Amino acid sequence: MPEIKVTPLGAGQDVGRSCILVSIAGKNVMLDCGMHMGYNDDRRFPDFSYITQNGRLTDFLDCVIISHFHLDHCGALPYFSEMVGYDGPIYMTHPTKAICPILLEDYRKITVDKKGETNFFTSQMIKDCMKKVVAVHLHQTVQVDEELEIKAYYAGHVLGAAMFQIKVGCESVVYTGDYNMTPDRHLGAAWIDKCRPDLLISESTYATTIRDSKRCRERDFLKKVHETVERGGKVLIPVFALGRAQELCILLETFWERMNLKAPIYFSTGLTEKANHYYKLFITWTNQKIRKTFVQRNMFEFKHIKAFDRAFADNPGPMVVFATPGMLHAGQSLQIFRKWAGNEKNMVIMPGYCVQGTVGHKILSGQRKLEMEGRQILEVKMQVEYMSFSAHADAKGIMQLIRQAEPQNVLLVHGEAKKMEFLKQKIEQEFHVNCYMPANGETTTIFTNPSIPVDISLGLLKRETAIGLLPDVKKPKLMHGTLIMKDNSFRLVSPEQALKELGLAEHQLRFTCRVHIQDPRKEHETVLRVYNHLKAILKDYSVQHLPDGSITVESILIQATAHSEDQGTKVLLVSWTYQDEELGSYLTSLLKKGLPQSTA
Amino acid sequence: LQQQHEDLSTKKLRLTKPSKSAALHVDLCKATSPADALQYLLQFARKPVEVESVEGVVRILLEHYYKENDASVRLKIASLLGLLSKTAGFSPDCIMDDAINTLQNEKSHQVLAQLLDTLLVIGTKLTENPSVRMRLVEVACKHLTDSSHGVRNKCLQLIGCLGPVEKGVAKEVESQSAKDVQKIIGDHFNDQDPRVRTAAIKAMLQLHERGLKLQQTIYCQACKLLADDYEQVRSAAVQLIWVLSQLYPESIVPIPSSNEEIRLVDDAFGKICHMVSDGSWVVRVQAAKLLGSMQQVSSHFLEQTLDKKLMSDLRRKRTAHERAKELYSSGEFSSGRKWGDDAPKEEVDTGAVNLIESGACGAFVHGLEDEMYEVRIAAVEALCMLAQSSPSFAEKCLDFLVDMFNDEIEEVRLQSIHTMRKISNNITLREDQLDTVLAVLEDSSRDIREALHELLCCTNVSTKEGIHLALVELLKNLTKYPTDRESIWKCLKFLGSRHPTLVLPLVPELLSTHPFFDTPEPDMDDPAYIAVLVLIFNAAKSCPTMPALFSDHTFRHYAYLRDSLSHLVPPLRLPGRKLVSSPVSPSITPNEDPSQQFLHQSLERVYNLQHLDPQGIQELLEFTIRDLQRLGELQSELAGMADFTATYLQCQLLLIKALQEKLWNVAAPLYLKQNALASAAAKQILEETYKMEFMYSGVESRQVVIIHHMRLQAKALQLIVTARTTRGAEPLFGMCEKFLQEVDSFQRCFISELPHMQGSFVDKLLDLMPRLVTSKPSEVVKILQTTLRQSTFLHLPLPEQLHRATATIIEPTGESDNPLRFTSGLVVALDVDATLEHVQDPQGTVKVQVLYPDGQAQLIHPKPADFRNPGPGRHRLITQVYLSHTAWTEPCQIEVRLLLAYNSNRSKASAKIPKSTWGDSMEALPQSENGIEGTIPFSKPVKVYIMPKPARR
Repeated sequence: MPEIKVTPLGAGQDVGRSCILVSIAGKNVMLDCGMHMGYNDDRRFPDFSYITQNGRLTDFLDCVIISHFHLDHCGALPYFSEMVGYDGPIYMTHPTKAICPILLEDYRKITVDKKGETNFFTSQMIKDCMKKVVAVHLHQTVQVDEELEIKAYYAGHVLGAAMFQIKVGCESVVYTGDYNMTPDRHLGAAWIDKCRPDLLISESTYATTIRDSKRCRERDFLKKVHETVERGGKVLIPVFALGRAQELCILLETFWERMNLKAPIYFSTGLTEKANHYYKLFITWTNQKIRKTFVQRNMFEFKHIKAFDRAFADNPGPMVVFATPGMLHAGQSLQIFRKWAGNEKNMVIMPGYCVQGTVGHKILSGQRKLEMEGRQILEVKMQVEYMSFSAHADAKGIMQLIRQAEPQNVLLVHGEAKKMEFLKQKIEQEFHVNCYMPANGETTTIFTNPSIPVDISLGLLKRETAIGLLPDVKKPKLMHGTLIMKDNSFRLVSPEQALKELGLAEHQLRFTCRVHIQDPRKEHETVLRVYNHLKAILKDYSVQHLPDGSITVESILIQATAHSEDQGTKVLLVSWTYQDEELGSYLTSLLKKGLPQSTA
Repeated sequence: LQQQHEDLSTKKLRLTKPSKSAALHVDLCKATSPADALQYLLQFARKPVEVESVEGVVRILLEHYYKENDASVRLKIASLLGLLSKTAGFSPDCIMDDAINTLQNEKSHQVLAQLLDTLLVIGTKLTENPSVRMRLVEVACKHLTDSSHGVRNKCLQLIGCLGPVEKGVAKEVESQSAKDVQKIIGDHFNDQDPRVRTAAIKAMLQLHERGLKLQQTIYCQACKLLADDYEQVRSAAVQLIWVLSQLYPESIVPIPSSNEEIRLVDDAFGKICHMVSDGSWVVRVQAAKLLGSMQQVSSHFLEQTLDKKLMSDLRRKRTAHERAKELYSSGEFSSGRKWGDDAPKEEVDTGAVNLIESGACGAFVHGLEDEMYEVRIAAVEALCMLAQSSPSFAEKCLDFLVDMFNDEIEEVRLQSIHTMRKISNNITLREDQLDTVLAVLEDSSRDIREALHELLCCTNVSTKEGIHLALVELLKNLTKYPTDRESIWKCLKFLGSRHPTLVLPLVPELLSTHPFFDTPEPDMDDPAYIAVLVLIFNAAKSCPTMPALFSDHTFRHYAYLRDSLSHLVPPLRLPGRKLVSSPVSPSITPNEDPSQQFLHQSLERVYNLQHLDPQGIQELLEFTIRDLQRLGELQSELAGMADFTATYLQCQLLLIKALQEKLWNVAAPLYLKQNALASAAAKQILEETYKMEFMYSGVESRQVVIIHHMRLQAKALQLIVTARTTRGAEPLFGMCEKFLQEVDSFQRCFISELPHMQGSFVDKLLDLMPRLVTSKPSEVVKILQTTLRQSTFLHLPLPEQLHRATATIIEPTGESDNPLRFTSGLVVALDVDATLEHVQDPQGTVKVQVLYPDGQAQLIHPKPADFRNPGPGRHRLITQVYLSHTAWTEPCQIEVRLLLAYNSNRSKASAKIPKSTWGDSMEALPQSENGIEGTIPFSKPVKVYIMPKPARR
């Protein structure tokens, strides 16, 4: 039985280091190639030696697909392609291809320049790696080789995030990457058609959460910012450079526009500026509002948001500043925080999760006195707010996607084991499909029942459908024809054509059957009785009485002769070709029951 | 087909040419190849065909059809047959048999489909004839087994449009094919082709629309179609389910996989709710829209739509709405959000959580969060409709509506504000909700702000803090957008009169009075101060203890405002002060209203004077007109009435003055130049009568007849003046005839009203009619002059409600000193923003006029989309006017004003005449009566400073 094998090298019952191997119909595909943020040793990258101990990866993998530009989905790519060695195609969407190298370069800088690691990939390697990338469009079917094809669907989450359908013959797998089922201020919701894949590999970050409406959060956020600014206070929003930052920018920008506010908004320079440039370019990947209005004005051409300069932090009066990094652990955001923390008019808004040990986590958990380096004590008087803006599908969203795609099997990755357990149980209960959640390195095998396509000549199809009633979608239909298996292809043709092609002469196969009937009358009278009887029963068929004393029902011949020994017994000879087997056997069984007495 | 109608006028010219049919025949015979024939047919199709020759053309086409081997030509012929049978006045029953016959031997599926389409056209023209319908339906049933989807599609359409609707009749007529059309169509719900499935559902819906009661058995079939792969099928299925839920709301259906049963409407509601999260947005819009009209649904199902059980890490979480409500009820308001404030509390039973298929659960939550704004708008509309019928639901959906005020698309925001206004009777806003609502007041879009003011006008607020908050926010709004002044004042007026008891404790603070110290007198011209006073005075109207809290200057300010802003400040019974007019209490009906009485009395007085000396009459009229005009200014609700009568009296006065001229006695040649007054009067009366007829809404036929009568008198006057001033009878002859025709048409139009017009000008004139027709122009003029003098003054009855159309241009303000500079030859767009009141059909009638200093005038027709309708009887015109001119040396002012276009054809009088009479007399009527088109300026002109610069080279 054909099977699909899935082995997560990362993201199996875990978040981070997404890397999933899929073997489908003899093709091997690697989905995502990410790094793990929690580790600084070998564990940060997937263990590629699993694929092959010695020998080139290119020989074992048909292609690599990257779903979006977050580092836990693409961070190991240069290492994989340049240091381990892979020369095959890498597929990603256009925005991902554009933004991915920026992030990789940034990651490299931090690891090599700041932390001083050696044996890490270089800038040149990133460039070389990107040369192997093939960019795809949404809904474009890309033929990787003759059998393997992939197709991207919109996934929301971040700019350029995509879900991929991998298809070989009739078997298919859909990998969602990270996706978002509720639209936000700059991206739309994930969408997939009813593609009915054999397997759906879905992320499950929020497997046990059903989220509140996004509007309340947005409104709260805007109200907080607005109030502080009106009071003359300063607002600090620590963000990571890409993704949420753009959403919050759009949110504030439109709010400023709507409310005619004048206070300046700043954005820390560097990475973000470059990224904003790409957001401006890839308008087709954004949501309805931005897509529709960009002719008048591109929403990413911010009117109110300006680049930040270090000196601005000391300016009097209200302002809003977006600064990196998001957890207040270093860099510009921490510097600004230290300047502003003493004033109770000011406010800091944490838009995301903070790892334990960071300043962000400390202030969120209510600590008001922070010990900074050099035994300085920083008293935090400013207001501290938390707003969660995350772009993963919640439990309902995941269920909705499964409902849209109608897969045969579901496999969960990118989530915690305990949470997956709950969702798995729900999926099995509500959709009655198998659900799997393999751990890293664990292989899941799924048996598929692929349909095998057979070519049929139009003439035969028309002829066969013309017989009998209208075709019914729900019921299988019986067809007569000859199946020719030749050169790895299947064709269904009419018997005559098959004979012609194979150069064979036609042999007729006839079944004959004798039925004895007790009837004392003359032969032709018996024939007449049989004729009337059949005519009465087989209304839909043409029953004919031929002048030579035989009866035909369609192409079945019935002849009656008197029994040589017993004149009271008539022998009915029924003869039919094998094509009429169904009717012929029915007719014999009918005749065997004898003729009705009443006609006598 | 439309083209045919347009060409109707040019058709007459071609009548001399040989008949259409002959030409076509020749063409088709000449055609050597199918392509040629197709070309001829295409050319032929562009021209209209007269009704008489349709049948001939059809015969030729059919003849050719049988001979033709090429399918594309046959297809074109088939489509032409359909087109021809649509010709107005042609009855296609004569060609039906032929059309059916052609079906027999047709092999091409496309042609078959087209022929069936033609039959559909024929059938729809002959709907009266049941046997024809029966026959066509039979034909359609026969072709239902065709293998082409197009043919099946058309067959189903045909059955849907023509299938028998009445059960009883159907059985009689149908002998052998007593088939049930519903069954036939239902069988195709499972067709292999999605297009056919859609057509089948559509046909079913068509049957429903035509009045057939659909069977309940289709319901479960339709439910299965909801899971179809194709969006158009799902979309149609949603509609079908909705129809069934309206037909059998109370039927009981089982819930699959359990033993329970629920009402059909609830089940359908749940299913449609489910479709709100469909993959296709078309279906989502459809589903969201239909939800609004399912009002029989049980309340607990309804309330589920707003419920989305939140959880985090498998623990139950409260929604932000619930938390806000709790904070509010615990007395603490607006606490800062803390990390973990929304931490989940109780554990959720994992077995009980239902992630999907929980019926209506959270449908609106999803709909309102949808990606496409079309869906969001549909969801808001549906919420509105459901909330209007269920107060408890209205209370619940409030939070969600308030959230929509922050949508990214302005249309959605606007729609949700309007929705909130519509359901405001059922709700009271909590303070935190009010806070969110008021935050939107800072929106830079004027539409949004005004909609919000409207909303606040009819909102119930629960606490005095709420009122205070609203006032503070409105004042903030006022400082930010001073142009909103009027709208804010109006809003505060209603806010005050709705919540007198809540305003009372705020009064000392608002007026900043102090029990011991005198506080400085606020500036009377400060709009913010006026706003506060408007709120207080309106509250004081039903709160007699309030004036005790006022300080001296407040009373003075009251008197001033009562006079200057009488529409905003109500009359108050103040201690120690006599009211100018007796207090108006709501119990007094308008008829007993003293100002109304005054109006009627003054009119009585005027109508009773028949035999006063001319001088006296004139004086009295003048006084009355003055009184009425002043009354109109004071009493806004009577303004329409007063102005209308004043205008009428003015006309009368002008007429009397013109007739009193001594000049009539002077010999003609002498006053050639001095007739200015009389002819000017005639002209002015004509203008005024048009104003009376078209500028007021609520004018009834009784008034129209009097207006027309006045116009007739003016025309008579014109005739007399012309007769006196021109020499020779030649021009007079035509004028006389025209006038007599007008009298004639007047008589025909208002025949029913004539008995009420005893002793009037026209009455007398009609008596003299036989004489007039035969006499010479000079005599006619003489008769007219005497009749005009002798005729009595007609009593103008007043309708119940009369409103004058008014327009105020808000923008441009005309105050700017900075000229609008642009390069000559190019255009500049000028934003025009105006409010229109009591204008009927503004899309058709309101025009913008731009007057350039060189006397050049430009008339602009605003697009229909530029008009918005914020409330009953009110419209808002927001448009852009494109200006252009050649270069000027100095900036100069242009004038912009609004005009009301009228067309006497459209007049209310003509609408009353049966169409046939009009048609008959169309030719006979003079051109003038047929359609005088003109415009009435009805807004004050606004000056705009512009400066076209010469183009730089």
